[in-house]
Amino acid sequence: MRSRKVIGSIGVNIFAWVLSLILITPLILILVNSFKTSTAAAEMNLAIPKVFQFSNYLTVIEKGKLAVSFVNSMIYSVFSVALCTLTSSMAAYVLSRNRCKANKIIYLIIVLGITMPINFIALMKVMQILQIINTKIGIILLYSAIQTPFNVFLIYSFVSKIPRDIDEAAAIDGCSPLRLFFSIILPLLKPVLVTVMVLTFLNTWNEYILPLYYLGNSTNWPMTLAVYNFFGMYFKEWNLVCADIVLTSLPVIIVYILGQRYIVSGMTAGAVKG
Amino acid sequence: MKKSKMYPAYFLIGTLLLFGVLYLLPSILGIGYSFTDWSAYSDEVNFLGFNHMFDNYLKAFSDEKYIRYIGNTLLFTFVTTIVKDVISLALAVLLIRRIKLLNFHRAVLFIPAVLSALIVGMIFRSVLNPEVGLLNSFLRQLGIEGPQWLTNPDIAFWSVMAVDTWKGMGYIMTIFIAGLMSISPTYYEAADIDGAGGWQKFRWITMPMLMPAVTVVTVLNVIYGLRVFDIVYALTNGGPGYATEVLYTGIFKEFGYGKFAMGTTLSTIMFVVMVIVGYFLIRSMSRNEVEE
Repeated sequence: MRSRKVIGSIGVNIFAWVLSLILITPLILILVNSFKTSTAAAEMNLAIPKVFQFSNYLTVIEKGKLAVSFVNSMIYSVFSVALCTLTSSMAAYVLSRNRCKANKIIYLIIVLGITMPINFIALMKVMQILQIINTKIGIILLYSAIQTPFNVFLIYSFVSKIPRDIDEAAAIDGCSPLRLFFSIILPLLKPVLVTVMVLTFLNTWNEYILPLYYLGNSTNWPMTLAVYNFFGMYFKEWNLVCADIVLTSLPVIIVYILGQRYIVSGMTAGAVKG
Repeated sequence: MKKSKMYPAYFLIGTLLLFGVLYLLPSILGIGYSFTDWSAYSDEVNFLGFNHMFDNYLKAFSDEKYIRYIGNTLLFTFVTTIVKDVISLALAVLLIRRIKLLNFHRAVLFIPAVLSALIVGMIFRSVLNPEVGLLNSFLRQLGIEGPQWLTNPDIAFWSVMAVDTWKGMGYIMTIFIAGLMSISPTYYEAADIDGAGGWQKFRWITMPMLMPAVTVVTVLNVIYGLRVFDIVYALTNGGPGYATEVLYTGIFKEFGYGKFAMGTTLSTIMFVVMVIVGYFLIRSMSRNEVEE
């Protein structure tokens, strides 16, 4: 009985390693090849490079115009995070605290947005009318808009856990609604706000459909679109493509390592806790 | 103090503007545009007339191309939902026990979920390359000649679904692990005392306790599947032919061709389906809340 358990335990552990290997091998492949010469990378294997050609990264930054797109991605992500976190938390707070009939309906419609698909073509028309098509501002507003439903949903359930007595006490002391929110409620929301910010950052960084539709001018492209375009032009030079992929994914991996707890809790919160 | 004064409505302005103008409005306008001849080739947008107002919809459900888009989207949703559910659940059940470095494995399995689908697509265009790609090189060492994963029309769509499963599996598994960890071990101890076997414990304790998580994971997968674009665009862009074309990549093509009315019709079909799915999602979630 005991030996069977030990064997079972070893088996499960081996299985876990095999699984992890299946998931990580393609990523290692990219990393390894990003240091190879063009001819060595053409074989697309996992062999350790004979010569480490670090200059691939410099070449890619230059040819792929990565500096510009990096700045673009940063602008889109940072501003969307700031805008969406602010508007979503203000809305979620009021919707959660004052559950009058109108607010309940508003909340329901916003949360329906989690599943609602975007009508990209009609959206083009709206953006033309607002004259924000092909602009950085337009994309930032769009990213904030599409992530509003999920963020409101996450913050809403968190707000309901904060006792209302706090609000009452502050109101009796003559605290204005804005001050109450910004100096008392917002600090209490910190855990969920960190989750919201990390997820919004990652989603904005990774997304590329909106720029594909609404940013014709390549000087406005984020990193994802720049790397894809680079891939189209230099698909024979896998070493460069790999270096480009590594550079584009690096911010995501860093944010993931730093914020893993928040990401996992945020992405699973809606599912497990309801 | 009155609630409406303490929690003033102007807090909602930012969200209502963003969501209302850039999310809701296009969907509603889109319904209107689906009854017109809107295209890039004419500045005028004309109503199709009462006798022909559903022409775009009739086309969407009769033209072979569009039926293919819809069929592929449904196939993708059906297959990836079931495969991800089953594999992820099996992995979660296996991995939760007696694993050293569980957190390490969980972290690794989650990585694909945070990478951009575009990046994953490019990575797998290398891995699945028929001549030199990692997968076929590996198969060759076993003496098997692997197929043209992404360019053979009979196989391409299955390859896309497999890559998508690779990307999404870790995320779904993490939800299941969280669900499994919330089951109190006392149930299993009691079952042990009663002499229950592994399968019996899974069937009568794990499954019922995990049902809420299964429901939500299924709904998440269905929503994701119906709206899929990224991974298909990055791997095959709908090709070869229309073999891997789904609704959203199809809509993007209509947009590219300037056939705006047709694109917005396909979007509206999707909109109606998703609002219904969304209604059930919210219902299932509010039921969980009650159970809490």
